Amino acid sequence: MASLVPCPHCGSRPKEEFTVKGAALKRPSPEAGADAWFDYVYLRDNPRGGYEEYWHHTAGCRRWLIVDRDTATHQVTSCRDAASASAKEHGA
Amino acid sequence: MTSYRLPQGGLIDRSKPLSFAFDGKPMLGFEGDSLASALLANGCRLVGRSFKYHRPRGILTAGAAEPNALMTIGRGARTEPNIRATMQELHAGLEARSQNRWPSLAFDIGALNGLLSPFLGAGFYYKTFMWPAAFWEKVYEPFIRRAAGLGKATHEADPDSYDKRWAHCDLLVIGAGPAGLAAALTAARAGARIIVADEQAMAGGTLLSETATIGGEPAPAFARQCIAELQSLPNVTMLTRTTVFGWYDGNVFGAVERVQKHVAEPVSSVPVERLWRIIAKGAILASGAEERPLVFGGNDIPGVMMAGAMRSYLNRHAVAPGRSTAIFTTNDSGYALARNLEEKGIDVTAIIDPRENGGETYTGKARLLRNAMVTDAHGGKSLSAIDIRTGNGTERLKVDALAMSGGFSPIIHLACHRGGKPVWSDETSAFLPPAGLQGLEPAGAACGLIDLAACLADGAQRGADLAVSLGFAATPATFGAIAGDASATPAKVLWSTPGARGKAFVDYQNDVHSKDLGLAVKEGYGHVELAKRYTTSGMATDQGKLSNLNAIGLLAEARGVSPAEVGTTTFRPFYTPVSFGALSGASHGRHFQPVRRSPLHGWAERHGAVFVETGLWYRSAWFPRQGEQGWRESVDREVLNVRSNAGICDVSMLGKIEICGPDAAELLNRVYCNAFLKLPVGKARYGLMLREDGMIYDDGTTNRIAENRFFMTTTTAHAAGVLNHLEFCAQTLWPELDVRLASVTDQWAQMAIAGPKSRKILQTIIDEDIGNEAFPYLCARDVSLFGGALQGRLFRISFSGELAYELAVPAAFGDDVAEALMEAGRTDGLMPYGVEALSVLRIEKGHVTHNEINGTVVPTDLGFGRMASTAKPDFIGKAMLQREGLTAADRPRLVGVVPLDPGHSFRSGAHILAKHAAATLENDQGYVTSSAFSPHIGSTIGLALVKRGNERHGEEVTIWNGLRDEFTAARLCAPIFFDPANERLHG
Repeated sequence: MASLVPCPHCGSRPKEEFTVKGAALKRPSPEAGADAWFDYVYLRDNPRGGYEEYWHHTAGCRRWLIVDRDTATHQVTSCRDAASASAKEHGA
Repeated sequence: MTSYRLPQGGLIDRSKPLSFAFDGKPMLGFEGDSLASALLANGCRLVGRSFKYHRPRGILTAGAAEPNALMTIGRGARTEPNIRATMQELHAGLEARSQNRWPSLAFDIGALNGLLSPFLGAGFYYKTFMWPAAFWEKVYEPFIRRAAGLGKATHEADPDSYDKRWAHCDLLVIGAGPAGLAAALTAARAGARIIVADEQAMAGGTLLSETATIGGEPAPAFARQCIAELQSLPNVTMLTRTTVFGWYDGNVFGAVERVQKHVAEPVSSVPVERLWRIIAKGAILASGAEERPLVFGGNDIPGVMMAGAMRSYLNRHAVAPGRSTAIFTTNDSGYALARNLEEKGIDVTAIIDPRENGGETYTGKARLLRNAMVTDAHGGKSLSAIDIRTGNGTERLKVDALAMSGGFSPIIHLACHRGGKPVWSDETSAFLPPAGLQGLEPAGAACGLIDLAACLADGAQRGADLAVSLGFAATPATFGAIAGDASATPAKVLWSTPGARGKAFVDYQNDVHSKDLGLAVKEGYGHVELAKRYTTSGMATDQGKLSNLNAIGLLAEARGVSPAEVGTTTFRPFYTPVSFGALSGASHGRHFQPVRRSPLHGWAERHGAVFVETGLWYRSAWFPRQGEQGWRESVDREVLNVRSNAGICDVSMLGKIEICGPDAAELLNRVYCNAFLKLPVGKARYGLMLREDGMIYDDGTTNRIAENRFFMTTTTAHAAGVLNHLEFCAQTLWPELDVRLASVTDQWAQMAIAGPKSRKILQTIIDEDIGNEAFPYLCARDVSLFGGALQGRLFRISFSGELAYELAVPAAFGDDVAEALMEAGRTDGLMPYGVEALSVLRIEKGHVTHNEINGTVVPTDLGFGRMASTAKPDFIGKAMLQREGLTAADRPRLVGVVPLDPGHSFRSGAHILAKHAAATLENDQGYVTSSAFSPHIGSTIGLALVKRGNERHGEEVTIWNGLRDEFTAARLCAPIFFDPANERLHG
């Protein structure tokens, strides 16, 4: 029915304007090995609580964002531009 | 029928009589009546039949929780089933019909189900109709569905309009009863922006049915004064007829406003319902409390009613409950009713109170029976007598109306919508809202308060607290002294009445009685969530508003535990049913989804195109000509003409993306599996995009317009997805790349001109030399048209395998350019062709589409193995492409397939078996991905993904279509059926 995403570029906007890709994982290097790639492509933690996800403001500024969201309450604790977040902040 | 309308009093306007009809019978009511109060005033007690046993049912409540009085309202396309008569305002000409009865409400054959009731108990679905299994779908379920039913929806299209709105406020007040009004006034006087929502037409809540006075004013007048003050303030929005149905994250509230559901003929310029999404900094939940029924035999007989509802009909609508009334109450609210009845001259025969010293302050004339219970009510379609059990035995009393009150349950649904669990209170014998909610503050009766003074004070205090927390200087509103207030003594807990002989209903709407719940516990389904599903208690459209607490109490009793230990089932939105119309808003009919039309749509239409919907696009499928018998004849002609003369096809709907910036080439090099860094300016290249798991995602051509500027085409279906993907790569994976992306799909009209005469025709409108040397295969350059009148882009690319070009011009000129080409090509036999012919042409050449790129294939599977670069350090999909499963020798590989007998055919989706193998899953070797009739081969041809297909050219196989039970003898072959050396392409 409703959820608001605080886009750092557009302000608080309804979730219908966004597309969710899933966990905000750092892409392994090409040489990282089969296990690291398997982890990146297929394995997800599915935690209860805080979770960082890639959200795309598809019907807005078209920027990819990292949304930190509580999976149980949908409470958004932070939302930042994916490009401005350093690799460290992405989490591994 | 006798009138039960009192000669005076009530909040009805007696100068405005309204005529209406129930089951075709004309009746009269007044403005201010609900359909329920008008029916009662007309002496109409039997208003519906129950769901399972078809028992006669009457009006039980005066509000949103009504389980019995569900009716079908209106006629024609405005027919609406399952409307609660208690929530429907009366209007002139209203037509209401009872439901779930045949042939009539008074004589209902379904009532025979009552005789079958031993077989229809809890879990009967799972027990009685188990055998034989085949009977379930054909016999049992249709029978049960027909017998147990609600109203029927009309099949006519809804003629009315609906709307959606967003709203923002400091404070949302949910419910405009005593607590809500006090909170709203407090915060509004402090200057906060407020929205007040109340589900009734008239705000005021229980004040409208109350006889107490506040500061000397009768309660309804007091309510009117509060509302008038709120309405006079510019910072207050009053929404009546508006139900707040859900509390969502971000403190967003969903509400539905019934704008025109109370009028005979809605005004067409205004929506009938409006869906609100309200973003509130804070909210007060002043939703009040629901009175609980008592569970005794026959507690569903028409004439038995909630005490509060009876009081509301009496005081607000001036309707008498009957000639002689009894009151069965476990708390003091029954005595307020007794006083009101006696004031209006209605005989109260007896008050039955199970408490030892109930009614100590009662001074009326009614017989007061303490330590007593009603065990059974009697009567068929109307109450005639009750059995009372006292310490001295059982007594039968003749009455025609019985009020019952088992105490009050706070209405806490919204407070629990975001995961909070209700908290059981022994003190008030009720579940209270969870503590410590953020952004929503329950107040008044929703917190378990009972008397008016407490509710007003609590609402004012909480409204002030919230306003202060938002930075407003608010002090709690105060009101005058209250006379005649209710007693705050909590109710005695009484979950069941021992000695009841008839069915004692817990869930009225789903016909669940007390024994069903006992049976559920006995059979191991005592957990509240299991009992709900086993007995269906709380699963009807009223979601157990009246019944849930009694069900929990009975489960607790049967299990010997406290209701706290039983717990509640989960509260989820919506609080009451919301119409599909309101939820879909304006998104219906032609506004359901947008229609995308190519800039060449008009051109195609003029040339007789038959269109096919692909996603949002309308694409020209083929262009029939006079005398052609069916689509195949048109398509064959178009195909042959492309290969012998030339054809023109609209390809504007392909996705088009411009990629600019110093790192544009680098980005392309990483998102395509083949190399793009060294693509020369002015050249196009076919590119293959993979997913990270190594599977092919999309394909298309990309050309280099300038050193730092590229133009990419995608498949029509993936146009949006590819842009999102590129943006993800550019912004998230490699933000260090200096690159910009833009969709230009809508900016260009693009047409393919294919066939041996295509160059000759194009040259007549293009200024530059496009000869084979000046403009070779894969050349892509800006061109000038019509002697410099227009600039366009020309690409020498081919999907058909012929000498072919794609010409792009600014969208607005597309139609004129296409017509100019038609004119230029007239003598060379240029004809339009559609996507069907395009498909035949590409299958003849073995070119793949998403039929083959099905999400499970890697480049090697389609013969693109050498495209996946081994030299590039990285590209999307590179790491996973090397997995052993993706390099295995027996993977499905692209192969051609033709029938042995050209007279035979096969279809896409059919499976490939070894020649004499049985049609089993184990023998499955792959399937036909694309098929078409090829006029050049003279038979059906196909592309298929077959195990080791690339090594099996020439092998005879069987094509098996399991759906049609067809077997076709066929031969595998190279996936190219025409011009295998690709000579025509370069001509």
